Amino acid sequence: MSELYPVAVTVNGIQVAREIEPRMLLSDFLRHELNLTGTHVGCEHGSCGACTVLLDGEAVRSCILFAVQVDGQSVTTVEGLSADPNRLHPLQVAFQEKHGLQCGYCTPGFLLTLAPFLAENPAPSEAEVREVLSGNICRCTGYQNIVDAALLAAEMLRSEKGG
Amino acid sequence: MATRYFGQPIKRNEDPRLLTGQATFTDDVHLPGMLHVAFVRSQVAHGRIRSIDTTAAQAMPGVVAVYTAADLGAYWQPGPLLVPPPPIQDLVFNPRTQVPLARDKVRHVGEPIVAVVATSRYIAEDAAEQVFVDLEMLPAVVDLEQALTPAAPLIHEDLAQNLNAHVIQRKGDYAQARAQAAVIVKRRFLYDRGTAAAMENRGVVADWDARNQQMTIWDTTQAPVFIRNGLAAMLGLSEKQVRVIAPFIGGGFGPKIMMFYPEEVVLPWISMRLGRPVKWIEDRLENFYATTQERGQIHWAEMALTQDGRVLGVHDTFLHDAGAYAPYGLTVALNSQCTLLGQYDVPHYYTEFKSVFTNKPIVTPYRGAGRQHGVFVMERLLDIAARELSIDRVEIRKRNLISPDKFPYSNDIIYQDFKPLVYDSGNYLPALEKACALIDYEKFVQEEQPRLRAEGKAVGLGLVTYVEGTGIGPYEGAKVTVEASGRVSVATGIGTQGQGHFTSFAQIVADQLGVTPDKVRLVTGDTTEFYWGAGTFASRGAVVAGNAINAAALAVRKKVLKKASDELEVDEDDLELVDGTVRVKGSPQTAIKLGELAQRANPMRGAVKPGTEPGLEATDYFGPERGATASGVHAMIVEVDRATMMVEIKRYVVVHDCGSVINPMILEGQIHGGVAQGIGNAFYEQLVFDENGQLLNASFMDYLLPTTDTVPRIETDHVETPSPLNPLGIKGAGEAGAIPVGPLFAQAIEDALNNEIEILEIPLSPSRLYELVSAAEKAP
Repeated sequence: MSELYPVAVTVNGIQVAREIEPRMLLSDFLRHELNLTGTHVGCEHGSCGACTVLLDGEAVRSCILFAVQVDGQSVTTVEGLSADPNRLHPLQVAFQEKHGLQCGYCTPGFLLTLAPFLAENPAPSEAEVREVLSGNICRCTGYQNIVDAALLAAEMLRSEKGG
Repeated sequence: MATRYFGQPIKRNEDPRLLTGQATFTDDVHLPGMLHVAFVRSQVAHGRIRSIDTTAAQAMPGVVAVYTAADLGAYWQPGPLLVPPPPIQDLVFNPRTQVPLARDKVRHVGEPIVAVVATSRYIAEDAAEQVFVDLEMLPAVVDLEQALTPAAPLIHEDLAQNLNAHVIQRKGDYAQARAQAAVIVKRRFLYDRGTAAAMENRGVVADWDARNQQMTIWDTTQAPVFIRNGLAAMLGLSEKQVRVIAPFIGGGFGPKIMMFYPEEVVLPWISMRLGRPVKWIEDRLENFYATTQERGQIHWAEMALTQDGRVLGVHDTFLHDAGAYAPYGLTVALNSQCTLLGQYDVPHYYTEFKSVFTNKPIVTPYRGAGRQHGVFVMERLLDIAARELSIDRVEIRKRNLISPDKFPYSNDIIYQDFKPLVYDSGNYLPALEKACALIDYEKFVQEEQPRLRAEGKAVGLGLVTYVEGTGIGPYEGAKVTVEASGRVSVATGIGTQGQGHFTSFAQIVADQLGVTPDKVRLVTGDTTEFYWGAGTFASRGAVVAGNAINAAALAVRKKVLKKASDELEVDEDDLELVDGTVRVKGSPQTAIKLGELAQRANPMRGAVKPGTEPGLEATDYFGPERGATASGVHAMIVEVDRATMMVEIKRYVVVHDCGSVINPMILEGQIHGGVAQGIGNAFYEQLVFDENGQLLNASFMDYLLPTTDTVPRIETDHVETPSPLNPLGIKGAGEAGAIPVGPLFAQAIEDALNNEIEILEIPLSPSRLYELVSAAEKAP
């Protein structure tokens, strides 16, 4: 066992501090140290996108980052996607509406890939949605309903802003 | 019964939990004092174990124990044979099943040899690297055709050759068909291996509670009841002492029904031995070697036809790759055999296979489970025959479809459920015509294709049909309870891996009891909640468990009516169940709430009438007489880029018949997902083994799964031919999308390339297409 290092991170708006091994993956830190098990691990080599979280608002793969690397930064997981815990985020509503998930294992990664994308691209085309999601693997849905959910979420977010 | 919810695209009850990260998957289980297990696995495909040195690993800080096969003592036993061979005359069957930890020999890369237990997964994996296994490497059996030659090394040395099984089945007399035939087409077909690659890898958490003498196991299994029964027997415990929970599961697709994986056997033993909870979570690399795979077959097939394209008979001989062990019996190869004839009325059929052992990971069913291979052979033979006879590919199919008046239709041979292969119902021509209309077949062939070809574009169309045997026995059961709150709870024994059971089953119950589906709480995959069951496989969940739930809900409905009739002093026939109440027809103010009725059926004082049971609860079972046969047609238009040989799907159409539909939204999702896996199987995914049995592409960087930019929008339509074999008229749908995509790609690509090449293999890839085209150009 190697030496422990302190790490202080803001996770879903809450400041957490731990002493951890430098080799601990961010995905393991979130899941097994903080018990935020909504972040799922599919490949552990940065390829499937299931473990995607937001790091200072940007989508990153938590299975190929060490937790000590995010010291001082801010992480958002699927548990923190909706600011209001009693209300689903429009992306979550749209995924249920369009049947954009089956087993649900890859879903948190899709949601967190889409969140910053839609913030920057409020009115994307289907091709743009397919492009941004091409690095996330889903084995159940065939993607069509995920793409439709993303387009619906964009529409909902636009009308939220407009209204 | 009112059918307000059956057939409606109801949004899924389970989604909010999954969307907010609140659903519990196996790796989400954290227990105090939990230890972590890593396995030392064979790095060679075939070898003899000379010695194992674990001293360095045991000395590492944080390592709690290191176990080899020797430590397991009498607990070390080869796994059970899950499915015995069916009653087929002269069948040869040599069962050899996997072992918990390899003892004398290793037979495939990834076979577990040593279990290392430590305080963290990181330490367990470090320590696993410090275990020294001295192996004598043996030559590996990789090639299917070589496996049975006298020179082949023996994988199981107590057998005379690497033969797992030899099965011959016949319908009619093929020799007659051959004698009458105007034309015979004959080819060799290859269908190679892929992997299910569920996004969640496998995992097991075992927790032996010595005080309560209770074992709890969380397991990524599709069949929790069988896992409980088997483990209880192995561990010397009562079944009541073992609780198996299959929580939310991140995709199953077949391999998660394999029993018993070595890790499933070893983890509970370690937990009992150490008196602590233990967890093992497979990583993706392990998943490529240690989770079962499918698809390796070679067929030598011929078809005898009349001059006008009527199929007189099919003769097929094939080799099936069983991998290193064959715990699942003959299911996959039997499915190939029994799905081959598809929707066609073929009087004579000879089918023979040899299942062979190889030094590759174990083969068990993966979505389609052998059906792909049969459909590939039949559809290819039809295409080749159509070309030879100058008959249109749709026309030759139409001429051979089983007509609707011929159902139930028998193919005489024995199916995987040990029953004669009889199609229950079907109406094939309308689906074929719908598919042609949707893809605009005539217009494409006569106008579009010539126009695009003139522009230099290599565009082609594919259209194929298939059947899918679904919903086989033995049975499933369910318990339905109306609670005092007015909510309804349902428990069933099957596991669920994303099929939407929490919703579609709730719809069935909601209709019977007059409540909304969101008032129905379903529990699947917890052996404490429901004792009996078989599992989720063979597209049977909705058919078998769905009908069991319907039967139990109907029994509760009868109890509700009886009790309400007593309470309201109204005849049962005058009552209706609406909006969570029982009320008098035409006089809705005379009503009682379901919850109130449940309370009165379980009173604190007074008496429950002699001869009746307390509460509003019932348990019932459903076992179909035999499987229900679903069917469908897939059609697609592709464009091939001749420079890169990349294939772009322009349109994809599915017309499907799975009988009565519970939830069309969920059904479409199943089809979309199946097609995506079929596309992967046909054009992207291939496990590449070298001559030593080493897998060369064991990562998602090298094994290509379909993504948003390769799976097109899928247009669906349906024909509904209810099954007469169950009260709800359902047929299964889980595997349909994946089954016919191989021959569809083959036909469409051949068409796009103007029949310059003939495609007799799956999977394809751009580089393989380039090789085929280059070879065809060089040919004289």
